Amino acid sequence: MKLPMPQNPIHALCLKLGALGFAMFAFAVWIMPPIYDVFCEVTGLNGKTGGRYEARVAGVDNERLITVQFLATNNEGMPWSFAPEVQSVRVHPGEQTVIHYRAHNPTGKDMVGQAIPSLVPFKATSYFHKTECFCFEQQLLKAGESADLPMYFIVDPDLPSQVHTITLSYALFDVTDRYPELLVSSAQLSNEATAQP
Amino acid sequence: MAHGPAKGLTRWLYTTNHKDIGSMYLWFSFAMFILGGIFALVIRAELFQPGLQIVEPNLFNQMTTLHGLVMVFGAVMPAFVGLANWMIPMMVGAPDMALPRMNNWSFWILPFAFTMLVSTLFMEGGAPNFGWTFYAPLSTTYAPPSVTFFIFAVHIMGASSIMGSINIIATILNMRAPGMTMMKMPLFVWTWLITAYLLIAVMPVLAGVVTMMLMDIHFGTSFFNAAGGGDPVLFQHVFWFFGHPEVYIMILPAFGIVSAIIPTFARKPLFGYSSMVYATAAIAFLSFIVWAHHMFTAGMPLAGELFFMYATMLIAVPTGVKVFNWTATMFKGSMTFETPMLFSIAFVILFTIGGFSGLMLAIAPADFQYHDTYFVVAHFHYVLVPGAIFSITAGVYYWLPKWCGKMYSEVMGKTHFWLAFIGLNLTFFPMHFSGLAGMPRRIPDYHMMFADWNMISSIGAFLFGGAQILFLYIVISTIISGKKATDKVWENPEGLEWTVPSPAPYHTFSTPPEVK
Repeated sequence: MKLPMPQNPIHALCLKLGALGFAMFAFAVWIMPPIYDVFCEVTGLNGKTGGRYEARVAGVDNERLITVQFLATNNEGMPWSFAPEVQSVRVHPGEQTVIHYRAHNPTGKDMVGQAIPSLVPFKATSYFHKTECFCFEQQLLKAGESADLPMYFIVDPDLPSQVHTITLSYALFDVTDRYPELLVSSAQLSNEATAQP
Repeated sequence: MAHGPAKGLTRWLYTTNHKDIGSMYLWFSFAMFILGGIFALVIRAELFQPGLQIVEPNLFNQMTTLHGLVMVFGAVMPAFVGLANWMIPMMVGAPDMALPRMNNWSFWILPFAFTMLVSTLFMEGGAPNFGWTFYAPLSTTYAPPSVTFFIFAVHIMGASSIMGSINIIATILNMRAPGMTMMKMPLFVWTWLITAYLLIAVMPVLAGVVTMMLMDIHFGTSFFNAAGGGDPVLFQHVFWFFGHPEVYIMILPAFGIVSAIIPTFARKPLFGYSSMVYATAAIAFLSFIVWAHHMFTAGMPLAGELFFMYATMLIAVPTGVKVFNWTATMFKGSMTFETPMLFSIAFVILFTIGGFSGLMLAIAPADFQYHDTYFVVAHFHYVLVPGAIFSITAGVYYWLPKWCGKMYSEVMGKTHFWLAFIGLNLTFFPMHFSGLAGMPRRIPDYHMMFADWNMISSIGAFLFGGAQILFLYIVISTIISGKKATDKVWENPEGLEWTVPSPAPYHTFSTPPEVK
């Protein structure tokens, strides 16, 4: 059933204008952020690197050498020490490389961290593929624990020829409050481990 | 005339009369203008000399934030809505606004919104201190607890603006007198019609962005938090998608006011009426596709910088059409320089200066140098103070005799004009120089090299503030003891509002006038 518009033209107009207002609110809250994310993903703007990449057999371009630099930053209030083991590597496009980050939780409590990648130059973003990365999931480090965090990547042979250096930066965030279930499951595991012997 | 206004306080609480509500909007906006001005003078007093003398840096930041919010949402926008309430029904020959009771509501929620906003000054942790642009995560993760009050205050202001806009559109589209075709409407009505559409399109976006902040702060979402997969730059996009049309919301009605005043005192019809209408519509359209010129330094690909640079420069074309039309209206006119005309001519000249510095800022490579310096402050104060404030002042002098039936003193009005004109230029012109030399905005202290320009700016600011107290005195003394004004007030002004007696009766155009 179609609801009739009000007889009074003023009320009909006001209904339409009010609907426009609500539509713009919905646009701002529910449509703009997903469009923005998709737009950034497609274009590689903002240096947001993509998710897991399925490695395909492709030729290694031995002619070119690309310098890939690694950075690590702690977001404010994150007490972990967090750094790459090498500052930079030189790789041929198409070859799979693995590098490691080191993370250490010096505090007396279990914490969960999340690394967020960002890459410059932006135009290289869609040519930098990660086949395996610690940034795909949250890292749980118990009090005083350290971890070796591997990252496997391939630089696409189609990388634009003017790009010689790629810089990949990770910002490490404290997300302990957001993932209480990770802490609980780890506590259960350690309880079982101590109960066994 | 059998049915006059009710008596006592409830007249103002319950009124549905567009003239009463228009007056309340104007008085409220003047109160906010004084309050925002006090905040500005705290800023200028602190910046009188380098070093920290008067206020703590945190309070300084609260002052810059509240000055911006109060001036934009409390002074300029309600003043235009007040003028719209008073003038639009009289200009189109309607007896009142289309929805008089909603009109009452849209006014009366405003004092609550601003009481809530200003009360944050007395809360623990202080008022919002993140600038009127409230960029996340500064306004979410690092904000004082009072940010929640700020968010709800913005929600209420947005609701008020949207209801006011719906009312204005409904009045203009449905209640014009017979014969008043769209292309016969006064330009103030046209510019307000387009402004109202802009408001309905972008105020909900502002409500949306503060709602997302609210969710991030209290409900664990991550719209603007990178740790949860969000993006702080998204905030800037959504905010400026609102923010850029907002600056045209604050200037388009001003175009309408000066388009009414200049022909009266040049004694010539407005040059290029239809091009004025189309230019207004063009500016409104362009305002939606230029937002990222506020974000040139936020990280954008070359194509984006170029698009937003050229689109922004394109705005100079319809704006230029308007400036040339005003100039052509004055050309070879029998001009006289009464107070409203002085403010209008100053509007044309100073707004053009602000437009030129806007063009400089639009150049993306140059903007990297100007970004977040006092040059930006100089630019937007040159478009807003002589733009919005001068045009509102001009409108008040122009229509005040019609509202209260009394004539203001021309000598006093001209004194007000010259004090305001000199004060304004003393305050904001030196900011171009301190900005180009690299003085950053929103910082309570500065390098010795900026000391001279800042001292001049501060002196000018106090002069400008004093001029507004004189304005208050002029308006009150006119209402109380001005000379009787004639019905026409000016020599042959155009428009239906001059066909009713002065002061305008409580009810006008109960029977629609005939428009030829």
